[in-house]
Amino acid sequence: MKKYECTVCGYIYDPAIGDPDHGIKPGTAFENIPNDWVCPDCGVGKSDFKVLN
Amino acid sequence: MRKIKNDVYWVGYIDWDLRNFHGYDTPHGSTYNAYLILDEKPTLIDSVKHYGADEMIRRIKQVIDPSKIQYIISNHTEMDHSGSIDVLLKHCPNAQVVCSPKGEEGLSRHFKKNWNFKVVNTGDTLDIGKRKLTFMLMPMVHWPDSMATYSAEDKILFPNDAFGQHYASTERFADEIGVGLAYDEAAKYYANIVLPFGSQVLKALEGASKMDFDMICPSHGMIWRGKEQITGLVQRYVKWANYESDAQVCITYDSMWHSTEAMAKRFYEVIDMAGIPVKLMNLQTSHMSDVVTDVLKSKVVLFGTSMLNNRMLPTVGALMMYLKGLKPKNRFALSFGSYGWSMVGFKELETSIQDAGFELLGEGKYIRFIPDQDELAKLDSILPLIQAKLAAK
Ligand SMILES: [Fe+2]
Ligand SMILES: [Fe+2]
Ligand SMILES: [Zn+2]
Repeated sequence: MKKYECTVCGYIYDPAIGDPDHGIKPGTAFENIPNDWVCPDCGVGKSDFKVLN
Repeated sequence: MRKIKNDVYWVGYIDWDLRNFHGYDTPHGSTYNAYLILDEKPTLIDSVKHYGADEMIRRIKQVIDPSKIQYIISNHTEMDHSGSIDVLLKHCPNAQVVCSPKGEEGLSRHFKKNWNFKVVNTGDTLDIGKRKLTFMLMPMVHWPDSMATYSAEDKILFPNDAFGQHYASTERFADEIGVGLAYDEAAKYYANIVLPFGSQVLKALEGASKMDFDMICPSHGMIWRGKEQITGLVQRYVKWANYESDAQVCITYDSMWHSTEAMAKRFYEVIDMAGIPVKLMNLQTSHMSDVVTDVLKSKVVLFGTSMLNNRMLPTVGALMMYLKGLKPKNRFALSFGSYGWSMVGFKELETSIQDAGFELLGEGKYIRFIPDQDELAKLDSILPLIQAKLAAK
């Protein structure tokens, strides 16, 4: 599973960690995060994330 | 104008009248600091709010003809630091505006102009003559566009809002107003502006630790100088960014008919008698921005409200909304209050407390109408819960 980076603030979504504070369990692929999820640091939506190389 | 190092001048604007910075209570006013470096290519770092443009230009003119400025470095898009760039560019039409990629987006959205931008990233340098300035992006400290400028030759870090304080003074250095006071104002600034961004602050501090500087020139308030002052400041930032707090308690509340107030005062008495530092902050007299400063310092916070139309009082609601955005971590809280018939608003308060990131210490303490002596005495049972949390590392 790929990591994704927030292009606004640099937050990195790591599927191994998830975002448990906001209901995203560890092991959740970025693609499977609900569409209303937002960056926990700056608040932008999924569309502002890009795959981290 | 004030010379702060050889060929480096403070040319900012002092906002003596400011009493409210988007809701942040600023009883001492503030400053927007701009710094002019004289070199082959004179460079201005940060600028001021739009209404301070004339004063800044007057100060620049004490040093050089503004038209000689080659670079205007915008470390941060927010208009308290960039709001006068358009006026400034009329005086130095050939100057390039140096900013981060997000800075270019942000400034373009604010001014709707195609300025001559020079976009920089972390590690990029700008040759201005004898000096080479280095940039470090600091996303979310405290906006996506935020960055710091570093002058190795001058041993100065220009971190914009980071390390700032809202404090207007004729003095420019922290030691000139008293370092303790400057630290207190830096704490209030951190609590109100920087608190949500602990992990990003740690990243920025890590980057700054590789730089050698003996002066920090923030965009608000006093300049920090000397190893001791700077170490003390950085240690505080590390502590706050790790969401550490002190073994103290803050009781904040609002009350309609003095019952919630009586509860607050009973808590205050029992905690104080136990020798624990505790502060009582009535939201009718303490400003929300001071309350969050005490939240920054306190491991335990007690939130009290009366029920008004089955809801928490608006002052408490506003505080909770503010805290939800500021996201303090590693802290414990308890709710309390007086009610007449319905308690549904207390559920909302408990949810708000948890949404803001606090862990509840235990069940909220709620009393119908006016507490009697027995009921007040029962409130003392929270003391061991608080002591246990304060004793834990
Ligand atoms: Fe700012
Ligand atoms: Fe600012
Ligand atoms: Zn983000």
